[in-house]
Amino acid sequence: MSSVAASIPVDAIPRSRRARVTFALVGNPNAGKSTLFNRLTGLRQKTANYPGVTVEKHIGTALLDATPLDLIDLPGIFRLTPESADERIAVEVLLGRVAGTPQPDGILAVVDATRLYQGLYLLQQLAEIGRPMIVVLTMADAAARLGTRFDIEKLSAKLGGIPVVPVVATTGKGLVDLKRELTVAMTAEASPPPSFWPALRQTALQLLGGANTDSCGTGIQEVERNLVEDDPLATARLVALKGPGVLAQIEKARADLFRGEPGLAVEARHRYGWIREVLDEVQSAAPPITRWGSFLVDWMNRPYPATVLFFVVMALVFQAVFAWATPFMDLIDGATTALGESIRQYLPDGVLQSLVVDGVVAGVGSVIIFLPQILILFLFIILLEDTGYLARAAFLVDRAMRPVGLSGQSVIPLLSSFACAVPGIMATRAIPDRRDRIATILAAPFLTCSARLPVYALLIAAFVPSRTIGVANLQGIVLFGLYMLGIVGGIGTALLLRRSALRGPKPNFVLALPAFRLPNLRTVAIALLDRVKVFLRRAGTVIFMVAVIVWALAYFPRSATVEADAAAARAVAEANYSGVELTQQLADVDNKAAAAHLEQSALGRVGKIVEPVFTPLGWDWKISAAVIAGFPAREVVVAVLGTIYAVGAEADESSLADRLRSATFADGSQVFTLPMVLGLLVFYAWCLQCVATLAVIRRETNSWRWPVFAWAYMTVLGYLGALLIYQVGSRIAA
Amino acid sequence: MTLADLRRGDRARIESIDSRDKSVQRLMTMGLVEGAEVVYLNASLGGDPLELDVYGMSLSLRRQQARCFGVSRIGADPGVQRRG
Repeated sequence: MSSVAASIPVDAIPRSRRARVTFALVGNPNAGKSTLFNRLTGLRQKTANYPGVTVEKHIGTALLDATPLDLIDLPGIFRLTPESADERIAVEVLLGRVAGTPQPDGILAVVDATRLYQGLYLLQQLAEIGRPMIVVLTMADAAARLGTRFDIEKLSAKLGGIPVVPVVATTGKGLVDLKRELTVAMTAEASPPPSFWPALRQTALQLLGGANTDSCGTGIQEVERNLVEDDPLATARLVALKGPGVLAQIEKARADLFRGEPGLAVEARHRYGWIREVLDEVQSAAPPITRWGSFLVDWMNRPYPATVLFFVVMALVFQAVFAWATPFMDLIDGATTALGESIRQYLPDGVLQSLVVDGVVAGVGSVIIFLPQILILFLFIILLEDTGYLARAAFLVDRAMRPVGLSGQSVIPLLSSFACAVPGIMATRAIPDRRDRIATILAAPFLTCSARLPVYALLIAAFVPSRTIGVANLQGIVLFGLYMLGIVGGIGTALLLRRSALRGPKPNFVLALPAFRLPNLRTVAIALLDRVKVFLRRAGTVIFMVAVIVWALAYFPRSATVEADAAAARAVAEANYSGVELTQQLADVDNKAAAAHLEQSALGRVGKIVEPVFTPLGWDWKISAAVIAGFPAREVVVAVLGTIYAVGAEADESSLADRLRSATFADGSQVFTLPMVLGLLVFYAWCLQCVATLAVIRRETNSWRWPVFAWAYMTVLGYLGALLIYQVGSRIAA
Repeated sequence: MTLADLRRGDRARIESIDSRDKSVQRLMTMGLVEGAEVVYLNASLGGDPLELDVYGMSLSLRRQQARCFGVSRIGADPGVQRRG
């Protein structure tokens, strides 16, 4: 920072002359913040019904009569005392403690009229920050239908003159008034912060010696929060400013204010006392318990019906993922094959043709094919989230999660991980307890994500007989078993960690349960589109790169000897055969040449080097090479197996299954025996083959320790599982 | 009598709070303070955790925490079906 800039406090520059004005969008979870954000900025971002799902930092620009206003959409909070990671982000941004994010110039607070009681708690604390502020009252229309009317002007007066604007976020009613108020607030100067707890303000002022702000950034707000919450960092800053004598003053101030009670408890009593008085004046009547108006909703909230409904929904989800997706997958499969074939026509034989057709089209195509399944899975997860059902699930299973050392809070991340562990791990930010959160993060990669499906689908279809046992199909039973294996692995891991490295007090469970509501189609569509973009971006970057690298490793170095042998064999075939027989002979020569090329390619050599490690699992060098290549992203393995076992040009799924079935070792025995395949499936169920997951674990735990541990632990576990199944299985079979 | 002793549909007023526990303090900042009225809505599978209505917000907490809130029963909420 330059010395000139440092010498002028930002607040001394009139707001209207600063380049950009930024307001923070704050409110309780589920108050309608994200919907309002979408309305104002048009920026796409995720909104959901589970408290605390908006964990990313979202910034958008609202146009007010052509004047831009930047908005930061913060995670939902109830108070300025954070507990979970996402609450911490919100509070620190508001108080200007986040490096690289200047304190917002103003605050746009959203409060739900049907939950004004809790909303007013946060409003008091926000107003005390002393920045220009506007309150948006949502759901006032819903409250009016239930017979509760609000005296908006009186509410505004009680809040010290802060404008209160009723807005119906879904229809946009009230937005014009809001934009007008925002334009006024943008150019307003910061005023002396009001206080709803004068005794606390007075004590804080005494501690600061009358100064409101100073060069260390110790504002009145920080001194007040520190008195209530006892924050060692804030105390250190105050000591640096006022000298060590201030410690005794703080102790005395706390004793006078709180009289031996915890500061937070005294604050809650004080603020809610004020709130009850205000509510009596501004609200015509307390809103009735509305959700009970509908018998169906009441019934659905009961524990047993809710549980049955939950299992029915989950069964429907898995059914949908397999049954509904098939026609679309066939369509994509046909399209990629046709694309590959037509490219083959236009490009001459050689390196370039092989790169485009066998590397790029086949590799990326074999992953894109799972887009329909992933879409359906995410659609259901988003619907469950948006209707409020995921939060209800957390409430239902809290008791069952307790012996494992987790709480109901872990259920939302874990259910999301059935689609993909990356958003699942990101959703753990709403879990307040750190040990609880890390245990959940390490359990998440065990759950059967959508990237495991291709591998499962291929191997099960090829090797598990489609026999009906009772009412169920054997293939279905194996697939269900693999899902259970993932759950057992995840739960077992959490249990082990909570008994060892992450030992600690049992986590608590405090959760605001959102009322059931019909999903908002727009919100669902935006969220789904977001997921599709992420998936396609991944297919276009990571998977594209892996496909090309694997192709190159399998293609180079080209052996002149193999080429010469093949040419000689071709000449022999042409001399001795004709017609259909010749075609068959030539294809056979090509297959043998391809296999020979592969065997002495870089990938073949790597496969042979690591083969001894995997021999006890019954794998040959081809599977070993495919598994090694699949470590960056597990779905790649299907593409690699396709390349390795590609005989001739077509590499569609069914023929790949045929080729796997006919693969043999040098001594002629079958490679893919049932014990070996089951072992391979167990390996895939437990092994952590996903760079994106490792990266997100690194980011969320802020340490390399946990991703390294997770990777090593899961790889060893997968190996041991496969070893056990193969060794025991082949002895039983023998 | 504590919050944990209520039955479905009971409306109660909070009379006293053992506020030593951090999670109890957290519940207090969500509106469970002396003088506040709550309605007992549901218990989850196995009777724990509980679901309360706190002035329009549905709040879930465990029995262990609920025992820290002393209450007096002031009636039944007409909106909540007590049986069935």
